Amino acid sequence: MLNKAITDLLTKMADDELILGHRNSEWTGLGPVMEEDIAFSSMAQDKIGHSWALFRILEELPEGRPADLNAFCRPEAAFKCCHLVEYPNSGYDFSLMRHFLFDQAEAVRYESLQESSFEPLQQLSKKVKGELKYHTLHANAWILQLSKAGEESYDRMQTALNEIMALAAGIFEPARDYEQALIDEKVYPGEKELYNRWLDRIYPVLVKASLNLPDLNAIAPAYGGRTGQHTPYLGPLLKEMGEVFNLDTAANW
Amino acid sequence: MTQEITIENIYNSLQQVMDPEIPVLSVVELGMITDVVLTAGGAEVHMIPTFAACPAVTYLQRNIRQRLEEDLHIPVTVIVDKHIAWNSNRISEAAKIKLEQFGIAPPKRLAGEVSEELFVEVPCPHCGSTDTYLRAPFGSTLCRAIHFCKSCGQIFEQFKPLE
Repeated sequence: MLNKAITDLLTKMADDELILGHRNSEWTGLGPVMEEDIAFSSMAQDKIGHSWALFRILEELPEGRPADLNAFCRPEAAFKCCHLVEYPNSGYDFSLMRHFLFDQAEAVRYESLQESSFEPLQQLSKKVKGELKYHTLHANAWILQLSKAGEESYDRMQTALNEIMALAAGIFEPARDYEQALIDEKVYPGEKELYNRWLDRIYPVLVKASLNLPDLNAIAPAYGGRTGQHTPYLGPLLKEMGEVFNLDTAANW
Repeated sequence: MTQEITIENIYNSLQQVMDPEIPVLSVVELGMITDVVLTAGGAEVHMIPTFAACPAVTYLQRNIRQRLEEDLHIPVTVIVDKHIAWNSNRISEAAKIKLEQFGIAPPKRLAGEVSEELFVEVPCPHCGSTDTYLRAPFGSTLCRAIHFCKSCGQIFEQFKPLE
């Protein structure tokens, strides 16, 4: 039971990082200024690195599969990423707001895992936590700058926040069958707790940026991703991402 | 000439294994080696990557193995150590000077967590001025940030402080 629960947790975390890493990489060569092009490309590399580390932990569990097969050869319904990471990049406002909301959530998650009873995650969390500092530093700086860069800029940031909030709340979809077991075994504090810690983390930044947090009672979190129900955007992304690997899955790199 | 197989000689050989992204620094100077163990007829080298997504890890593992096998004629296993996380305080002081001479500002010494202060007034490696600012926390490799020096008008890179 616990093995299945841990597999579920690791898979959703790895899938979030893999898919958002892929989306971030789509800014390579297209960033609005060179530094931002580099930033999103670097963060893509970090995210895919973190997903690789998680897939490696999965590989070493009983019945674990090789990391590449997990990343490139699973059917869409076996993916457990949240809807937030699946959406196309759209504009820079959308991408940046997603980056801010997701990376703050990720930071909160890895900080909590420093006390995890599951040793491989506890060890990885120490490494990832320091690296994520740069992602949240980058996100906070740009949320503040763009929210104070005139009326149009402010409006676009507020609109992005309004549109993304329900998707972002979907990060914290509880694991249907495993949530309590993971909490009881002190693997992690649970999605509800992480959600509250995340709100505490993003709120002061939004206040500084004079952005209004949408009414949380009025939004319906975009759930479904954790149980394999995805947006229409995931399928084409998976096809493109796995295209080269699937030409010859036994090839030696 | 065949060298005697000692921990010291292994470290001497490891000093010749350079980081591919910063070719003036060895894996030892960067603090990437966590342990060296002599085993029956061979040696084990334990190492850690600077960043989790560092693309050079496999390359470095191979280079370490080749270098030691060439110098000491022993089979070598290179193990990535999961128990220790790299942080920028692991870079030796001597290595920081080399880094600066190479044109990359070294990371300031961490006393606690990484904070914004570590990115202000970073001395320019070209002219030494501290009239500088952070242009971007990401640079040409995962371990570098981009700064600008107002005194000499040049962009420069900094090896990022990492917890």
